[in-house]
This record gives sequence, C-alpha cells and structure tokens, in this order.
Amino acid sequence: MFRSLLIANRGEIARRIGTVARSMGLRTIAVYSDADAEAPFVKEADQAVRLGPPPPKDSYLNVEALIRAARETGAEAVHPGYGFVSENAEFARACTEAGVVFVGPPPESLARMKDKAQARALAAGAGVPVVPGSDGVVADLRGAGEAAERIGFPLLVKAAGGGGGIGMAVAGSQAELEKAFRACADRARSAFGRDAVYLERYFPAPRHVEVQVLGDTHGQLLHVLERECSIQRRHQKVVEEAGSPLFLEGRNAALLGRMTAAALAAARAFGYANAGTVEFLVADGEFFFIEMNARLQVEHPVTELTTGVDLIGWQLRIASGERLTLQQADIRRRGHALEFRIYAEDPVRFLPSPGPLTVFRPPEGEGIRVDAGYSEGGVVTPYYDPLLAKLIVAGRDRPEAIQRAEGALERFTIEGLKNNVPLHLRIVRDPAFKDGALDTHFLEHHAKP
Amino acid sequence: MDVPAHITGTVWKVEVSVGQKVGAGEVLLILESMKMEMPVEAPEAGTVKEIRCQPSQPVNEGDVLVVLAP
Repeated sequence: MFRSLLIANRGEIARRIGTVARSMGLRTIAVYSDADAEAPFVKEADQAVRLGPPPPKDSYLNVEALIRAARETGAEAVHPGYGFVSENAEFARACTEAGVVFVGPPPESLARMKDKAQARALAAGAGVPVVPGSDGVVADLRGAGEAAERIGFPLLVKAAGGGGGIGMAVAGSQAELEKAFRACADRARSAFGRDAVYLERYFPAPRHVEVQVLGDTHGQLLHVLERECSIQRRHQKVVEEAGSPLFLEGRNAALLGRMTAAALAAARAFGYANAGTVEFLVADGEFFFIEMNARLQVEHPVTELTTGVDLIGWQLRIASGERLTLQQADIRRRGHALEFRIYAEDPVRFLPSPGPLTVFRPPEGEGIRVDAGYSEGGVVTPYYDPLLAKLIVAGRDRPEAIQRAEGALERFTIEGLKNNVPLHLRIVRDPAFKDGALDTHFLEHHAKP
Repeated sequence: MDVPAHITGTVWKVEVSVGQKVGAGEVLLILESMKMEMPVEAPEAGTVKEIRCQPSQPVNEGDVLVVLAP
C-alpha cells in the first residue's frame, strides 16, 4: 500500500477520500483553489498545496499544477474523486509519466468509454442491450424516415454536438419527425456545419438503474449490486437509493440478474479495473445501456451502507496492486439506504444560490451519515457545483429508511442561502415516492410545493 | 428598463450590443453559476441602451446587467 495520497478534488468527496485514506495510515495531501483555502477538506489534510485562482481551469482542472503538486509533495498516488480530472485519460497518463499511481481504471479504458458512440458499439458488441437507434447520423429526411420505421415511435431526434437538452426533440409520428428533423438539422448545421442528426428510441417514463462494479488488475471482476437514481432535475441526480424499489423483496429477480451480468460484460469489454458504474435505462421490463462511468460515483455511499463494501478503500488497495479478496457470493444487501443531495439552490425553480453558510447544522441519529463539504461560517462560491452535502440514511427496510430520512431532513438546519432541503421533504412525503413508483420525470409531476 | 441578474455568478457571454433592437424573451446574455449556464432574457421588446457588464465579470443577484429603452 502507498504511504501518501494526493486528492485531486474538493468539497465533500475530497474530505471523504481523505478520511478513508488516513484511517488506512496514509499521509493525505489536499490541493485547493483560493476559493477553498478555508474549507474543511484542506484543514483536515496532513498537507495542502495551493493550485491557483478559483476558476476550475486554473485550479482543479489544471493538469500541470496537479502533477507539480504531486511531485513536490512526493505523493505516491493520486485519487481524482468524481468530476474534474477523474475521467481524463491525459491526466491519468501524465500521472504514470510522473511516476505517480492514478487511482482509477487504465488510461486506455478511460479513452474507450469517453466517446459515447464507441462505448455504445463496444457494449453492443459484448451482447449488452443498447437503446435502439440509427447507428450513426442519418443523412436526410428520407433516411430518417426509414430509420424511424425500424426503431419505432416515439423517438428522440438529436443534433450531433448538442447536449443538455439543446438540439433534442421528441417525435411521436412520421409527421412530427419531419418537423423535429428540420429543427435539429438547423441546430447541427450552425454548430457543426452539417446536418448531423441521430435518432434514438424515446422512453416516456424510464427508470435510471445502475450497477456498481469492482475489478482488480489481476482479472477478478465482480458487481456490488444496483442503485436507483431516477429522481433527477436537468439530467442530474437528486435522490439515489440502494436497492432499487423495482427489485425489493425479490421482485423482478430475473431482470436484475440479466442487468448485473450485462454490467460485468460491459466492464470486461472496456478492459475495466478499479471501481466503476454501468448505467442503464429500464422501461417496460427491458433495460438498455446508457454509459459506463469510469470513477467513483457521488452516490457510492448507499452501496457501502447496504453491502458493507468499502469502495474507496478497495479503490486504493486495487490501485496499489492488491488482489480483490471479496467473492461474488460475499456480496449481499442488508437493509435499505437513501441518499439526498443537498444543493445550494432554490427548491422550486432549481436556480443556483451561492452565498454564506451562516448556520449549518446537519442532523445526527441512528442510521444517519452526512458527507459535507462545508461547515458553518463557510462560503459557497459560484465556481463549482452546488453540492453542499450528502445526507445518507439507512434503515432495516425502505419504509424505515424513509421515516428516518423525514426526521433527519426536518432537523437539517441551513441558513444564509437557499437550499433544497424543502424539496427533499416534499419527495419523502410524496405517496408515489413511498410506493417506489419512480421515473426520471418524477419531479415534473410530483413533490410540488 | 433595468434588466437585473436573477442569480449570483459570472457573465459568460454577452449576446447583444448597444443600439440593437430585441424582442421579448430574446437572450441578452448568459450567466454561469455552479456549472450551469443561465440565459438572461429581455422581459419585453426594446432597444439595448446600455450594457453594464462584460464577460467573466462576477455579478450578484439583483445587479443591473443591461438597460433597455422602449
């Protein structure tokens, strides 16, 4: 095992990785921007190195500054957390060249997953179901019409180079397809210089279910069961849980079995090692590969709390070359866990709300864990994502976890900025949530003020 | 008419210039905050009289960014 670890991240995840690494006897080195100089993750580290001014490109995305910090402090390994440089193959290679171990998958594996079309083709080649689509761009309206007959309606028309909902339209019929095709082709032309448009089957109310995988560098690979993350806003997760309500009490066991097998097949196809997540859409009893995330997920604690598998600890052991001593048969779930992402944002319109944390009092109690990136008196700046803390609540079963969560959310006191605790309270009190009737459009129809 | 920032963040892009006629709902500029891009739209039609910000400038909620003349 390494003796020192540089943590190339900030906020709650930098703090969490630091806590785990110090408990394993490692010396931890934090890196920080000027906006985070007083943050808990910096103060708790054994050593801290300033990267630069607050904008991410000058600090947490600055590969040169990160490598320099690793060299100067004699760090033996770098943990990138999630976001920032975590899925950057170039950064992983730069670490290797500097003689520092990158805690994550091999750089080739990262490169294979980054290109969505390539990732989709690799997964499909490994026998993993992918969302039915046009397999590349359709040249013109006639080509779109032919592809649509094969895929079926409703379908999603996507402009290449779009993203975040821009340049996307749903078509329910051939007539609507014509309109959607023209709108997206215009968008693609202005961004790309050509009518590059894709078609994909559209699911009106899918669930987002993902499978955690863990592999060592000696060829051992296993899955650590599923999580459900259907409650989202703007394609970002808000509440996650393990297990998925779809599979509680042994329901749909055959579907879960096929999904975990597909996740392992996808991870093998990508040449995966370390901790990763294979994301699927589930609709009408079928599942479809979305992408593989080559990193620790924000929502990893719900898996840790229900399986007892220490994912960050294993990431470090695997990176240092140790073999997985866990067997697939050891992976069993006990109880249920929910994670609530506490965001600095307006709880109705979801608009960002940076500001000072004049009061910040997380709840305590049975089954409650809070991974917070800030403490009272801290300031939340507009430079980074709005995640203040993660409230993770475990219980004997889902109803107990929900009941504990409601109490924990009521006791969570935050003042000085707008935050989404009121939204989470509406979610846990919503009858559809209690029934486990979730889909990715949940917040458009439920938990309204 | 004053058009204020509806969030605290930084100015990412200014999409209009002084003297330009704009319609109601047209995007005047784009703010960036917490990894999100938020367009600031013209509340009603008019002519851009003044632009009180520039790209990468930090702004607070309520700061006047653009002044429109009817």
